[in-house]
Amino acid sequence: MKGYDLFELAVRNLRQSKLRNGLTTVGISVGVASLVAMLSLGVGLQQLATRRLAGSGMFDTVFVTSKQDFRGFDREDDQKTEHPENAPVLDEPARGAMTHLQYVTEVEPEIRVMGEVVSGGQTHFGFVTGLPMSARENEAFDNLQGKFFSGPSAEEVILLNDFAKEIDPKDPKGLIGQEVTLRYGERQALAPDSESAGRPQLSGGAVGGSNPTSGDDFGFSVVRKTQKLKVVGIIEEEPYGGMRTVSRGRIFLPVDLTEKLNMAQFTDMRSSLRGGGGKTYMTLTVRVKDPAKVAQVQDAINKMGFRTFSVLDATKSLRRFFTVLDLFLGIFGSLALAVATLAIINTLVMAVLERRREIGVMKAIGASDGDVKRLFFAEAGAMGFFGGLLGIALGFAIGKAINVGTGIYLHRHQLPAEAVWILPPWLIGAAIAFSIVVSLLAGLYPASRAAKLDPVQTLKYE
Amino acid sequence: MNSLPSSKPAPAVRTSDVCRYYPMGGGIIRAVDGISLTIERGEFVALLGQSGSGKSTLLNLLAGLDRPSSGSVMVQGRDLAKMSSEELAAYRRNDVGMVFQAFHLIPSMTITENVELPMRFAEVDRAERGERVRESLEQVGLGKRLEHRPSELSGGEQQRVSLARALANRPSLLLADEPTGNLDSRTGEDILNLIRDLSLSLGMTVVMVTHERALAERFAQRLVFLADGKLLSQEAVA
Repeated sequence: MKGYDLFELAVRNLRQSKLRNGLTTVGISVGVASLVAMLSLGVGLQQLATRRLAGSGMFDTVFVTSKQDFRGFDREDDQKTEHPENAPVLDEPARGAMTHLQYVTEVEPEIRVMGEVVSGGQTHFGFVTGLPMSARENEAFDNLQGKFFSGPSAEEVILLNDFAKEIDPKDPKGLIGQEVTLRYGERQALAPDSESAGRPQLSGGAVGGSNPTSGDDFGFSVVRKTQKLKVVGIIEEEPYGGMRTVSRGRIFLPVDLTEKLNMAQFTDMRSSLRGGGGKTYMTLTVRVKDPAKVAQVQDAINKMGFRTFSVLDATKSLRRFFTVLDLFLGIFGSLALAVATLAIINTLVMAVLERRREIGVMKAIGASDGDVKRLFFAEAGAMGFFGGLLGIALGFAIGKAINVGTGIYLHRHQLPAEAVWILPPWLIGAAIAFSIVVSLLAGLYPASRAAKLDPVQTLKYE
Repeated sequence: MNSLPSSKPAPAVRTSDVCRYYPMGGGIIRAVDGISLTIERGEFVALLGQSGSGKSTLLNLLAGLDRPSSGSVMVQGRDLAKMSSEELAAYRRNDVGMVFQAFHLIPSMTITENVELPMRFAEVDRAERGERVRESLEQVGLGKRLEHRPSELSGGEQQRVSLARALANRPSLLLADEPTGNLDSRTGEDILNLIRDLSLSLGMTVVMVTHERALAERFAQRLVFLADGKLLSQEAVA
């Protein structure tokens, strides 16, 4: 029998007992709906967690330090490294090499200096942090007042709301667009004859050897400078949750500008001990194009001889957690479908009993056992298909209800609404396919029972 | 059919010592017990006997609905006993048409759909079916109420539909099991007239089971008497 005949006969047979087959189909749809609702809740929660974590900017980032620094930070690592004092330092060439690694989008130094903002004759102390342009993607900027930096070395500043309040308690937002003056310490290389140069020096600011004439001597001076900056924006919380550094930054400048201004950092003290005079970094933040490539980049940087840190391991266990969660949600969702399977078997066994004579007639006029079996399979499959469609619709409605419900709940707690339930297209296809497969499996027994009917017995005159 | 050109064509049906036993409560029932019978092509044969004589069982064996316990059933030179169940199904849909006492039409289907059903199993092209359904219904004298259900028709009309269904795949062998048993005598005669005419015009072999000797004598060419599963006697009708 050809496919369309099979389908036509199956559908017309299903229509013969509309109520019974309808109820069975609804049973399947409830099963599919519960499976879909559960699985898409799992998907939604996973996406929510991933979104929040990606927004935190921690998952596409590798932190790089030199093994010379922070010894004792990782004892195991220290024991493996025989001579940490010979380990490479984070200097300009190392930074350049990292920039050229595959999948790396950005390598930025950690810049954190003390500074003062002068506004209206008052000075306000705070830590100045350099931000790369990519920080725009960070969730801290989701509710940015004003604008982000117009360029990587624009003479602009973004303030933390607390800090803005300190400057202007009445109207902190009014600062946007105004010009303020930043006072900071500039690092200047020390000329060999610095003692006689008579340049202004901060008392005690010069760090160097005890004997300036010695060849090993090296030093720099820190000079007070000012820079006019335009306030472009105000943010509520510090980007990256302040996790990257120890102290809380309150004044944010484009990172290239901070480098150009050559602000003196604490870490300059450390590098002065090393000698050699070149600029070195304490920490470099390497941003990776895709969180999945973090491990690869980390490996490459480790091979260069640096110590790296990322929160990749945290994502791994997170992924494991969601796999287990999906499994459990799937099992609970499948329970209803398992019950529906019994309903299909019941319905079809009833149909076989009722249609005994009809099956006998069909065999007498030329239907093979296979035709009869396929006909019942087609009926089971059709119920599965329609049940699947209906189930998707039902599951969709349930999911929408979950989203609306959580939305109301979050709103009551003054939190922004989140989609905790997401129905991905693959799940629609998979649910319908699964529903059909399960229905076909349920049809196995009734179909083979129908195929085995003896036409002679069924056609006996009553 | 598959015989050599020089020899005579194989008879429509030839059974050799065919038996069909059923186990029943410890013993066995010999429904058909060693019947050897030859039916020529185009012949109209009536199987007569009391109920339980084995005539319906023999008909089911010829139809390929049942398998012999021993012996052979050759139809146009092919041994049904050696066919697989798929081959038997193909034989039933292509070579045999069946008519029953209880009509056995599918109640949920219209007249047209009932006649079309065997064509679905035979995978007849869709475009061809409408024409063939009409042709079959014309052959049995039905042209109206084709979209009605069987229950809306009289017994005679239902038997005509069932006959049209039997003709749908243009069989060479028509098997009728008490085709007049549910009809009044007048309508029964009409149906048998129709069967005889079709047999003559289409060259179709007919085997009919009946217990009405008078009717059989009027329409069949040969009467075959069965009792207790055995062939009792045969007589040709003049």
